[in-house]
Amino acid sequence: MSLNKNQAQHIAMLARLKLSDDEYAESVEKLSKIIDFVDQLSAVDTTDIIPMAHPLAAAQRLRPDDVTEVDNRDHYQQNANEVVDGLYLVPKVLE
Amino acid sequence: MRADWEVVIGLEIHVQLATKSKIFSGSPTAYGADPNTQANLVDLGYPGVLPVLNKEVVRMAILFGLAVNATVARRSVFARKNYFYPDLPKGYQISQLELPIVESGEIHITGGDGIEKRIGITRAHLEEDAGKSIHEGFNASSGIDLNRAGTPLLEIVSEPDLRSAKDATTYMKKIHSIVHYLEISDGNMQEGSFRCDANVSVRPLGQKELGTRTELKNLNSFRYIEKAINIEVERQIDLIEDGRKVVQETRLYDSDKDETRSMRSKEEANDYRYFPDPDLLPVEISDEYIEIVRATMPELPDAKQARFIAEYELKSDDAAILTASRFLATFYEDIVKATDATAQVAANWVIGDLGGALNRDGLDIGDSKISSDELAGLLDKIHDNTISGKIAKQVFEAIWDGEGSADDIIESKGLKQITDGSAIELVVDKIVASNPTQVAEYKAGKDKLIGFFVGRVMQETKGQANPIQVNQILKDKLK
Repeated sequence: MSLNKNQAQHIAMLARLKLSDDEYAESVEKLSKIIDFVDQLSAVDTTDIIPMAHPLAAAQRLRPDDVTEVDNRDHYQQNANEVVDGLYLVPKVLE
Repeated sequence: MRADWEVVIGLEIHVQLATKSKIFSGSPTAYGADPNTQANLVDLGYPGVLPVLNKEVVRMAILFGLAVNATVARRSVFARKNYFYPDLPKGYQISQLELPIVESGEIHITGGDGIEKRIGITRAHLEEDAGKSIHEGFNASSGIDLNRAGTPLLEIVSEPDLRSAKDATTYMKKIHSIVHYLEISDGNMQEGSFRCDANVSVRPLGQKELGTRTELKNLNSFRYIEKAINIEVERQIDLIEDGRKVVQETRLYDSDKDETRSMRSKEEANDYRYFPDPDLLPVEISDEYIEIVRATMPELPDAKQARFIAEYELKSDDAAILTASRFLATFYEDIVKATDATAQVAANWVIGDLGGALNRDGLDIGDSKISSDELAGLLDKIHDNTISGKIAKQVFEAIWDGEGSADDIIESKGLKQITDGSAIELVVDKIVASNPTQVAEYKAGKDKLIGFFVGRVMQETKGQANPIQVNQILKDKLK
């Protein structure tokens, strides 16, 4: 088991997940397997290898600094639970 | 600052880059639009959208890097910084961690102690801004405006080389002036285009290890930065002298109460789980492109100031004021080129009279109600003795108030200087004749009374007589 319950709880907190004890047990086991699987990569000697940031051997394409988007607020806000004066409303963030 | 303690400050400055569109989308970046009218699919974090990097943002970052003598990375990488907050709909901010676009730069400042020092710039990286949360006025809700989400930011991180609040503001003003000169940001602090976080710690003088630091967030005026840092330094020294400890935390400056207080954020463990953003490929910058950008480098504030001192023989303080903004420097040079008056006279007028008028009316040099041509023309009128310097101030105000050109105002108000010797002589004779007591005293050796006579003549001529001639004629007559 490469992951303990405390670590799993920390990950769940960061991901804003609420898990039951049973679910923790299951996640710890599954996540540990994933980590062990990926850990096999540690066997490779990477001393002289430049870390790869992306699997594609290409560089980022750049776009010209042009405004190409128009105001579509009404359309996008049809998805929102609550909107007032054009603002998306969410449960109060500051107490 | 208290003796026996050394203050250590590093600044993180967020500069909003003055692009037309956002860093990863084609939405406009204009300030002050109706909420969410400039937030589109990419900015809203919809699934399946792809960020595409704005070329102009890369150019601006390179230009800044070159201006602070830094290394521009030939290859840099964008990473995801993960955290939850409603004004960040994707759940992560696209930023740069391990391979920022700019590294290892420096600027020189005159520190709070009057000594010139080098301030290292650790790095400057590109990232997107978040939206805005509005907490007032919605009862149990917060309102979210995502217009700002995706606005390009250049975060400039200094080394912990600053040793006082004064150092910090001087450094910040210099960075402000540089980004302004480079025209990569409007630097508007009220609108949040230029904001700063300060990492502050204290240690006993002579100690090598750094003390525990706190981070002061979102300081958005030069005055607040200085106050906030000074207050935080006092607080930390008090704690340590009391035998207590400084806690590493984020603190907010409250300008109303003039205190800093802990943000007590629940997720204080800053576990951002950065990883390279798979939506964005590494950014590659060629040597050729860097040279193309370098060729567009304008003269920077320090170089301009040195040139003003050498070329126009200005006092160092005057040169510093005139080069504080690129626009003001150009305005000044336009006057110098157009007028026969000396460069120092032009400097006095730009700093004194023009600066005063701008201040009084709360205007920027860009909104000046007198053009550089008009001011140059006015200085010529003094130079060729059409009007005196004193009258010129009156004409300046009239031009400022939109009453017309210098010529029109001088003509219509009859302000032309009297340089006709015989006309001045007539007035002098009259004044001498009507003040026999003072004439006697003067002749008895009370030389200072010359001022009294000059004053009377100027009064009589409504300030229009040429003061040099008045002086000369008076001295001859009173012999």
